[in-house]
Amino acid sequence: MSKQFRIKGTGRVDPSRPINFTFDGKSYTGHQGDTLASALLANGVHLVGRSFKYHRPRGILGIGADEPNALVGIRRDAARYTPNLLATQVELYEGLNAVSQNRNPSLEHDRMEVNDKWLSRFIPAGFYYKTFMWPKSAWDKWYEPRIREAAGLGVAPSQPDPDVYTQRYAHCDVLVIGAGPAGLAAAKEAAATGARVILADDRPVMGGSLLAAADTNISGEGEDWYSAGAWRKEVLAFLEKQPNVTLLPRTIAFGYYPHNWIGLCEKLTDHLAVLARGAPRERLWQVRAAQVVIATGAIERPLVFPENDRPGIMLADAARTYLQEYGVAVGQKVAVVTAHDSGYRAAHELKAVGVDIAVIADIRGRSVVSDRAVQAGLNVLTEAKIEGTSGKLRVSSITMTAAGMRSNFACDAVLMAGGFTPSVHLFSQSRGKLVWDNKLQAYLPGDSAEAERSAGASRGRFALAEALADGVDAGREAAQAAGFTPGTPAFHPQVTVKHAIGSGGYLGAAPTSADLSKAKAFVDWQNDVTAKDIVLATREGFLSIEHVKRYTTTGMATDQGKLSNINALGIVSEATGRSIPQIGLTTFRTPYTPITFGTLAGHARGMLFDPARVTAINDWAVAQGAAFEDVGNWKRAHYFPKHGEDLHAAVNRECLGVRKSVGIFDASTLGKIEIVGPDAAEFMNRFFVNAWTKLGVGKCRYGVLLREDGFVTDDGVVGRVAKDRFHVTTTTGGAARVLGMMEDYLQTEWGDLKVWLTSTTEQWSVIAVQGPKAREVIAPLIEDLDVSAEAFPHMSIGDGKICGVPLRLMRVSFTGELGFEVNVPSGYGRMVWEAIWERGKAFDMVPYGTETMHVLRAEKGYIIVGQETDGTVTPDDAGLGWAIGKAKPDFVGKRSLQRPALTAPDRKQLVGLISSDGRTVLEEGAQIVDPAAPKVPIGHVTSSYYSAVLGKPIALALVRGGRQRLGESLYVPMPDSVIGVQVAPTVFFDPEGARVNV
Amino acid sequence: MQRFSALSLLRHGLGRHQGWKPQWRNAQPKPGYDAIIVGGGGHGLGAAYYLAKVHGITNVAVLEKGWIGGGNTGRNTTIIRSNYLFDESAALYDHALQLWEGLSQELNYNVMFSQRGVMMLAHNIHDIQVFKRHVHANRINGVDNEWLTPEQAQEFCPSLNIDPNVRYPVLGAALQRRGGTARHDAVAWGYARAADALGVDIIENCEVTGIRRDANGAVLGVETTRGFIGSRKVGVSAAGHTSVVMGMADVRLPLESYPLQALVSEPVKPIFPCVVMSNTIHAYMSQSDKGELVIGAGTDIYTSYTQRGGLHIATHTLEAICELFPQFRRMRMLRNWGGIVDVTPDRSPIIAKTPVKGLYVNCGWGTGGFKATPGAAHLFAHTIAKDEPHPINAPYTIERFRDGFMIDEAAAAAVAH
Amino acid sequence: MLIINCPYCGARPELEFAYGGQAHIDRPVQPADLNDEDWTGYLYLRENTKGIHAERWRHLHGCARFFNALRDTRTDHFLATYKVGEKAPEVTRP
Repeated sequence: MSKQFRIKGTGRVDPSRPINFTFDGKSYTGHQGDTLASALLANGVHLVGRSFKYHRPRGILGIGADEPNALVGIRRDAARYTPNLLATQVELYEGLNAVSQNRNPSLEHDRMEVNDKWLSRFIPAGFYYKTFMWPKSAWDKWYEPRIREAAGLGVAPSQPDPDVYTQRYAHCDVLVIGAGPAGLAAAKEAAATGARVILADDRPVMGGSLLAAADTNISGEGEDWYSAGAWRKEVLAFLEKQPNVTLLPRTIAFGYYPHNWIGLCEKLTDHLAVLARGAPRERLWQVRAAQVVIATGAIERPLVFPENDRPGIMLADAARTYLQEYGVAVGQKVAVVTAHDSGYRAAHELKAVGVDIAVIADIRGRSVVSDRAVQAGLNVLTEAKIEGTSGKLRVSSITMTAAGMRSNFACDAVLMAGGFTPSVHLFSQSRGKLVWDNKLQAYLPGDSAEAERSAGASRGRFALAEALADGVDAGREAAQAAGFTPGTPAFHPQVTVKHAIGSGGYLGAAPTSADLSKAKAFVDWQNDVTAKDIVLATREGFLSIEHVKRYTTTGMATDQGKLSNINALGIVSEATGRSIPQIGLTTFRTPYTPITFGTLAGHARGMLFDPARVTAINDWAVAQGAAFEDVGNWKRAHYFPKHGEDLHAAVNRECLGVRKSVGIFDASTLGKIEIVGPDAAEFMNRFFVNAWTKLGVGKCRYGVLLREDGFVTDDGVVGRVAKDRFHVTTTTGGAARVLGMMEDYLQTEWGDLKVWLTSTTEQWSVIAVQGPKAREVIAPLIEDLDVSAEAFPHMSIGDGKICGVPLRLMRVSFTGELGFEVNVPSGYGRMVWEAIWERGKAFDMVPYGTETMHVLRAEKGYIIVGQETDGTVTPDDAGLGWAIGKAKPDFVGKRSLQRPALTAPDRKQLVGLISSDGRTVLEEGAQIVDPAAPKVPIGHVTSSYYSAVLGKPIALALVRGGRQRLGESLYVPMPDSVIGVQVAPTVFFDPEGARVNV
Repeated sequence: MQRFSALSLLRHGLGRHQGWKPQWRNAQPKPGYDAIIVGGGGHGLGAAYYLAKVHGITNVAVLEKGWIGGGNTGRNTTIIRSNYLFDESAALYDHALQLWEGLSQELNYNVMFSQRGVMMLAHNIHDIQVFKRHVHANRINGVDNEWLTPEQAQEFCPSLNIDPNVRYPVLGAALQRRGGTARHDAVAWGYARAADALGVDIIENCEVTGIRRDANGAVLGVETTRGFIGSRKVGVSAAGHTSVVMGMADVRLPLESYPLQALVSEPVKPIFPCVVMSNTIHAYMSQSDKGELVIGAGTDIYTSYTQRGGLHIATHTLEAICELFPQFRRMRMLRNWGGIVDVTPDRSPIIAKTPVKGLYVNCGWGTGGFKATPGAAHLFAHTIAKDEPHPINAPYTIERFRDGFMIDEAAAAAVAH
Repeated sequence: MLIINCPYCGARPELEFAYGGQAHIDRPVQPADLNDEDWTGYLYLRENTKGIHAERWRHLHGCARFFNALRDTRTDHFLATYKVGEKAPEVTRP
C-alpha cells in the first residue's frame, strides 16, 4: 500500500533503509529520515487523533510545531512513556511504538463521538459556565469528575522517569535562531566576521524551507549557480568548519528572557532506536547572546470553512513539503482551496509527480497565477465559496460554489492555503513591539526591546531572494553590533524559481454560503473551537481578544494558537466591525513549544536537588546508627538509638546520661561569625540588644538580635576573645541571614565603623561536652588553657590546644549542666571528637542528638528562636527583657519596641505549663484557652517533652498575659479531650542555676 | 439578566445560540457615580457587585485599564483555602471560603469551585510543629484542617512518594478538605455579569490617570484616559499597580510589587486529585478540569512591573515538582507566565479607609489574593458603603504598620534554630 | 536572568546577587527622636516606582559589597550602577 504514496526519487529519506514501527499496534514500514507523520502518510494513514471536545476524527494537518491534531503517545518502555508528542516532530526509529490518544476504544470507533453527533449543538463555547450548578453539591461529586474524564489528551506517565537530562550555559556574540535561508545566510555572514555564533534549529536537518525547495537556483558570489539543496550544503559545510560556530540541530529556542537570555532545548536521544546507558535525553541551553537574529520563518495558515477538519484536509505547503522532503504524496486525488499563490505552487508540484488535482478553488479573483494554472491544464475556480466537505474517517469530497455553480469534487485530500503568518513569538517574548502591516495582513516586528533583529519570513520577507538578502544583512549587522567588522560589501544572492511562493492570504472565516451558525468551521482544531463559537463569544460581550480566547479556549491548545490566533482575530474583527489592531493580539508566552519538565530541572534531582550540609562529625554519627533530622540544609543527628530503642526511650536515656554524668553533642551547625576591628564593640552595641562595652576579654554573653521592627530574629552566645574581636554564634538556620544583616548595616549605614566580618561557620567544628563530669573528661586533653572552675568560670572563652591542635574553648551551657563547647578547626573535628569520646567512655558518656538537646534546654527554660519565637515575639515576650542594654541610646529594633502594639499590656508571654494529670505530654502547637472563655485561644504550646529527670511532662507556651497567670489553671482543647494545665515558671530544673557553676 | 441553566442552554441550542445577550454591557462612562471601583479584577468586580447587591448602591462604575480579569485574577493558580494561623486571617479567609461555597448559585455562573482538598506537606520537624499549630488553631476557630500521616497523605493523593529515604521526605501533611480550586476567569465574568445586571457600569480600556480632590482633600473623582469621572467614593483594587494609583492621591503605602510566575503542563487525563503545596521546597500543584497540571512558581527577588520573571525561577520550581513527583518528569511545560503581586511587610492585605476622605483601598494580597476574592470584595464593599470597616477587616488597616499590630502569617511559619 | 554590572567586579549574572530594596533610605541617626509616623516611613514606606527605580543590590557571591542601581521596573533594564555613598547618576529617561 505504501508504494502508492511514496514518490521515488524525491525527498531526502533513504529508501534503502526501511524502518519498522507500530501505530496503535499495527505494523508499518517507513524510511530512514521519516517523521512519524511522513511515514504514516506514506502508508496512506491520515486518521491519527480525536479532538478534545467533540472527539471528531482528525488527520495530520501540518508538518511542524504547529500541528494540532496528530498528537500521539510514544512508549519506549514501561517507564519511558511520553504523551502528547507531535507525529510531525517524532523522528522514526526502528521499533517505534506510537499510540493515539483521547479515544475509546479506538480511533475508528470512539464512544465520545456522541458529543459531536448529538450534544454539540448544546455545548457551545463556554457552556460549562452556564450549567452544572444544580444541585449545588453535584459539581465536584458528579459533573466535574465526568468533565475531567472527557478532557485531557494523553495519559500521564506513571513511573519515575529513568532518563537523565543535562544543562549547559553558553555565551556567544550572535545567536541565530532558525536555520532556514535567512538564518543560514545570517549565520554565515556573522561567522565570517569572527564572531562566536550559535545557530539553533528545531529540526534534525538544517535548511528550513530550502529542504523543500523544488526547481530553485541560487547564485554564488562568482558566476556559479547552486540548486537550493547545494547552496544549503555549501553553507552548512562552511559553518561546520568554523571553530567559532556551534551548530545545534534538534534544538528549539523556546524562550526569550530579559537581557538577551535565551532558553534552548536540544533533543539528544528521542530519535535513536537504542539508548546508550546514561546518555542524557535532552539538554537545556541557557545562552547569553550579545546579539540575536530571529529567523524563525512563518507559519502556514489554514482556511476556516465548514467541516474543514476531516482527516485528509491539511495545509497546502505542508503537503508540498511532505512531497519534496519525504517523497510522500498526501493523496491520489487532491483538491486545493486557496487564498494565496502558494496553493498553486503546491498543486503544480504535486501534479508534476502524478497526483491528480481535482480542483483549485481560489476564494480570490482571477490572476496571473490562476491563469497560468489553467494553461497548465488545472481545473481552477476563482471567487469560490467553500461550502463543506464529506467523508467519515477521511475526506471524500468537497463542495464549492463558483460563478453561481455549486459543484462537488471527489477527493482523498484537501489542501488549504490561507497564507503565512510570520512567527513573531520570540520577538514578542523579548517585549519588542509588534506592528500591524495592512498590506501583508500580519503583525510584524517593530521596535526592539532587546539586542535582536528579525530576518526573513519572520518579518514578512517570504520570497526566497528577499529572505536570503535579509539574512545576509541581519548577520552582518548583528556581528557589527557585537563589535565585529564585516568584510567585503554585502552580497545578496539572486534566485530563480519555477513556482514562486507568491502573495495573498486570508484572515477569518472564508466565504461560504453555508450558515455558519450551524456549520462547524474550525478555527482551533485541537480545542474544537469553531467560527460560530467565536461569534457567540462576541455576541455575549466578550470583545477583547483575550476574553474571546479564554471564553472559547481558542489558541489555548498545545499549539498555543500557532494556527488559530490570527483567524480568530479575523473573525472577531468581522463580527464586531473593528479593525484587527483595534482588537489587539494575545500575548505570546513562553515556551514556544512545550518543554520537558525534566529538561528544565536538569541535574537537580535526588541528593543534588538540594545538597545536604554535613558536619565533620557526621560520618561518626552515621556509623553509630543515629537517626537524622533536616534543619535548614543541614543533616543533624536527631537521636542515637541503642538496641532498637524508639525516639522516646533513646532521648530519656540520653537526657539522664547528661544530667548524671556527661554527654557529647555535635554543635558544629551553629552559625559563627568573627567580628574584628577597633570598633567591634561599638558595632556589637548598635547591632544586638545587649550592652557589650563592659564585657571583659575572655568572657561570654548571651546575645539577642532583633529585626528593625522589634521582633526577635536570632540569638546566640558571643565571646570576646580580644578587645577588638568577638566570636559570635547564631542559630543554625540564621547564620547567613545574620551575616547578611550585619553587612547591610556595616556597609550602608555605619560607614564610620572600622569593623570586618567573617563567616567562620565552616571553619570550626563545635563539640559540646555537657554534664557534671564534663571538665574531668576534657581537661586532660587540653594544653595552654587552665579550665579549672576558678580560672575558667561559666561564660568564659579562651584559646589553647586540645589533642595538640588549636582550640577555642567556650564554657557555656545549653543544658543547665557544667558545659564546654570545644571549637577546633573542622579538619580536626572528627579526631578531637573521637579522642573525647574515648576518654568519655570511662564516665559512661552518651552521645546525644538534637531532641535531647531540646529537652534539656526546655527543662531550663532556654528558648529556641523559631520555636518559642515566630517573628511576632519581642524580647520581653520571650522573657529576655533582662538582656536589653537599658542605657544604650539605640540598637537595631529598639525604636520599634516603643510602638503601641509592642508595649500593649496583654501580649503573649513565655511561661511554663505543667499537665494537671502529671502524665499527658502536650502536643506542640496545641492551643490554650481560659476556662472562662473556652472558645478564644489565648496562646499555644511552643515546646513540649517528657522530662526524664523530673519524671513528668513539661511544656513551654506563649500565653496572653502569661506572667500574670502563674499558678492559674488553663485548658488545652484537643479533638477528643480537654487537657488541664497549670501555668508555671519557665525554669523546671535547677532553678537556682547551681549546676552550671561547678 | 438571562438566567443560565441546563434548560436555557437547551432552549438556546435549539435556536442556534442566536439569542444570547452580552453577559455585561460595554458601558460608556457617565459623568458621575455614587462609587467608583478602580480595577476590574475579581476583587474589584466583586466589590461592585456587593455594593449593589448588599448595600443597594447601584450607581457604580468599575474602571479597568485593560480587559476585566486580565491581571492577577487571570494569572494565578486558583488555590483556595482558609487554614490560616492567626484568628484575624482565619476569619478573613474563611469568610471568603464560605462565600465560595455558594458563589456559582449566587452569581448564576458556574465558577467551578471544586473542593478537592488542599494538602500542605511537612518535610521536617519544624514543619510538623507549625502545621500542627495551624490545625489546632483552626479547629478552635471552626476552620477545617486535619493532620495526616504520610500514609494517609498518600491515600489522599496517590501520586505522592512517601519513601523516607529521599532528600525531603514527607513526614505528614495538613489537609483542608474544604479547600480547592476554581475557574479564575469565570469569577471575573460571573461577578461582572451579576453586577451589570444590578446596574453597575463595567468600563474597560479606561485607565485612571489621576485622582481629583477638593480643597479639603476629599475625593471628587478620577481622571481617566476616557475623561473625568466624578464620585465621592473611590475604591482602589488594583493589585500590583496599587502604589501607582494611590500615588495619584499622594497616599504612600507599605507595598512592593514583585513578579510571580506560574506555569501549566500539557493536558493529560485525570491523574492528580487534589492541591498539593510544599512550602519547604517551594512547589504547588493541582490539575485543572482541562487536564493541565497547574504549578505555582516563586517570586523573583526584585520589584518589577514587567509581568514576567526569570527562567531560573520556573526551572527551580520544576526541580521541586520533579523531586516530589518524579513520574511527571516527562511531562512538558506548555505555558509559563508572570503576574505582579503587591506585598506588604507582614504579607497580609490592607482593606481599609485611607487618610484621604472618600478613598478606600484593598491591596497587599501578595501571592494569595485569588482565594480571598469573594470575601475581600464583600468586606471592601462594606467598608466603602459604610465608610467604616466590617469587623472582619477591621484589623487590616494601614495604621497597623505604624502601631505594630502585624498579622504576620509568613513570620509565623519562619524557620530558625 | 538579569545581568548586573557590579561597580567593583563588572557584569555578572543575577544569581550572584541579593536584592536590597529601595536605595537612599538612610537610617535615622537617632531613631528615638522620631514619632511613630516617621519611624513607620523609614521602616515600611517604599516608592515602589513604576519606572526608574534607585535600588540596592549586593554582590553576595562575589565581592559581597552593596551598591546601588537605577533600573526601569517597566522593562527590568538597568540604566546605571554606582557605589554606595555616590549620588545617582543623571540618566536619560527612556
